[in-house]
Amino acid sequence: MNLDFTKAEEDFRAEVRDFLKEKLPKRISEKVRTGQRLTKADYEEWHAILNERGWLATHWPKQYGGTGWSVAQAYIFDLETALAHAPRIVPFGLSMLGPVLIKYGSEEQKSYWLPRILDGSDWWCQGYSEPGAGSDLASLKTRAVRDGDHYVVNGQKTWTTLGQHADMVFCLVRTASDGKKQEGISFLLIDMKTPGVEVRPIILLDGEHEVNEVFFTNVRVPVENLVGEENKGWTYAKYLLTYERMNIAGVGKAMAAFDHLRQIARTQRKNGKPLAQDPLFAARMARVEIDLENMKTTNLRVLAASEGGPASLELGAMLKIRGTEIQQEITSLTRRALGPYAQPFVSEALDEGYNGDPVGPDYAAPVAVDYLNNRKLSIFGGSNEIQREIITKALLEL
Amino acid sequence: MDFNHSDDRRMLADMLGRYLQERYAIDTRHAISNSQAGWSSEHWSALADLGVIGALFDEDVGGFGGTGFDIAVVFEQLGKALAVEPFLGTMMAGRVLARSGGQHALMEKVMAGGSVLAFAHEEAESHYDLAEIAMQATAEGATLTGTKSVVYQVEAASHIVVSARVAGSPGQETGIGLFLVEAGAPGLAIRGYPMIDGGRGGELTLSNTPATLLAEDGFSLVEDAVAAGVVALSWEAVGIMDRMKADTLDYLRTRKQFGVPIGKFQALQHRMATVALEIEQARSAAINASVSLDDPRIKRERAISAAKYTIGRVGTLVVEEAIQLHGGIGMTWELPLSHYAKRLTMIGHQFGDEDHHLARFTALSMA
Repeated sequence: MNLDFTKAEEDFRAEVRDFLKEKLPKRISEKVRTGQRLTKADYEEWHAILNERGWLATHWPKQYGGTGWSVAQAYIFDLETALAHAPRIVPFGLSMLGPVLIKYGSEEQKSYWLPRILDGSDWWCQGYSEPGAGSDLASLKTRAVRDGDHYVVNGQKTWTTLGQHADMVFCLVRTASDGKKQEGISFLLIDMKTPGVEVRPIILLDGEHEVNEVFFTNVRVPVENLVGEENKGWTYAKYLLTYERMNIAGVGKAMAAFDHLRQIARTQRKNGKPLAQDPLFAARMARVEIDLENMKTTNLRVLAASEGGPASLELGAMLKIRGTEIQQEITSLTRRALGPYAQPFVSEALDEGYNGDPVGPDYAAPVAVDYLNNRKLSIFGGSNEIQREIITKALLEL
Repeated sequence: MDFNHSDDRRMLADMLGRYLQERYAIDTRHAISNSQAGWSSEHWSALADLGVIGALFDEDVGGFGGTGFDIAVVFEQLGKALAVEPFLGTMMAGRVLARSGGQHALMEKVMAGGSVLAFAHEEAESHYDLAEIAMQATAEGATLTGTKSVVYQVEAASHIVVSARVAGSPGQETGIGLFLVEAGAPGLAIRGYPMIDGGRGGELTLSNTPATLLAEDGFSLVEDAVAAGVVALSWEAVGIMDRMKADTLDYLRTRKQFGVPIGKFQALQHRMATVALEIEQARSAAINASVSLDDPRIKRERAISAAKYTIGRVGTLVVEEAIQLHGGIGMTWELPLSHYAKRLTMIGHQFGDEDHHLARFTALSMA
């Protein structure tokens, strides 16, 4: 057993750092660092920079324009970009749909859609959840009925993250309702500009427009937009979810967030001393820091065992649960660390170019929003309770 | 980066695992544990012949291992079998002998299975604080006087490594010397007793007992030995947890209530999932600690305290949940799981529990 990175991997780390120093726009990393809102254009700018370097599709094999990186390289990249306050890579096309198309898509689909994901021609969103199908995803009701060389889609999706920016949505739709509910699901690619598609915003508790409802009324989708076989969509959906969950674990993001917390705890004062030296707060910080140190190794173990492919269902589920619990605990401690200054909320301070005075410490503005927003982590991608059932069912084989 | 053990270590683990499975089954273990000696010289020498003791020490003293992962593979198997043999004390005391130079003949005998060692450091007032040492060495360092607490398998030892004050007062890291004391030396008395988790321990009292000085300023050797001890205990705990997890999963599969296996119940599924997840975090902590043994002090000690904190926290969870998921049967002496539960609980009481190591981790973070 050996946890060291090789010389070549350390060289790669240096290469990533150099790249970030040179190419990551300060304007964008400052927004990430200070918790300001990122616009669609910010994400697109960063994607284009990564794509130019050939570093956008970190999960894809080389032949499709991916990096073809080893597990260790992908991990190093994830860590370094997070620590440098780069925006996340928007996962819907790159980390979710891409791997599904590569594994299950036709040659035509791969050669048409994959390059468009890379060059940003299409912004994808995810059409999984429905008002009546959250954790029980397979009970989804959006119907697709074959009509000549089209499917006609009717129904509603919800919690569609950044759907307001999207050109395309990959959708789970029901194409059969006899037999087991998992067996009548198909995986369709739908153009958001098709007549009958309507996007309505959902405003979350932090006041932000991040998610949407998407309505489909007699939306005609060409049959060539079916991925794989009709009624086999559940298999593809689960394959995608494994990638989604590994992505949610967010070890790099948690490390950057913990560094931020530590700085705040050293700056804030309590009883005439830095908050970081308050025994109770220090113990809370140490607990999460140790859990994160363990998680780093668990994450690497899972990645190494899966050799770049998806992790087994139960390991992916473990990463999702603990990874999200750690991120939530860090945002919770960061909120506590602010004391009374968690309360003021000047929304404009989260926009680029705000030049008003900060209320309280200059790092205070996004902290409460971030805490509240991150309650989503244990709910989406399959709630953490669903993950626990996945783990035990896989272990019990009942 | 490679999470597989080397071929040599895998072979050692397989061989040791097979030996313990075939010749150290739970009934044998109980018989040894409840015997007057509380260990088995017969198995000890057989395991020495297999190279299990040599694997704990490095080449400088005639061993062929001694790294974190050598210790790991041995103690993981010992944990799975719930072995009560005096490996921990022998490894820790032997490590001090190896690091302080000399005592080659004794180390040779130890590795051949002809001698058992004990490590006697903590005292009644220590409560896991490694500097809280009052055992007194005479000015010339020739004799020791004082009492050491709960020394694991001390009656089995032919030689005992003992820490004592050559200068300063309890609480100070400086002025702690390390000495070698022979069993049966004048003024040495042991009050032996059975341990709740099997095997035996004892209070070691010395009065003007002759001793050989190993190191005058020995605190760093104590920390090093305890670090290796924590690695050993962490892997012993991981071995125990894996066994308790497997037993509990079996039970959830086969025990029926309300006409279905109890593993069908969501309340139990969620608890089991948390146990399984935490065991993987504990394994990662044990890996991190093993890697750290050769790191600079602060980095090493942070990983050691992180591991012991994690093992303590997760160990308690696994014990409590495994018994709860088994229900009444989990409370019985007859079920092997109950004995694994006792050992796992008591691992938390060796060299610091989760609270001690959380506080220590915090202090090291500010250092």
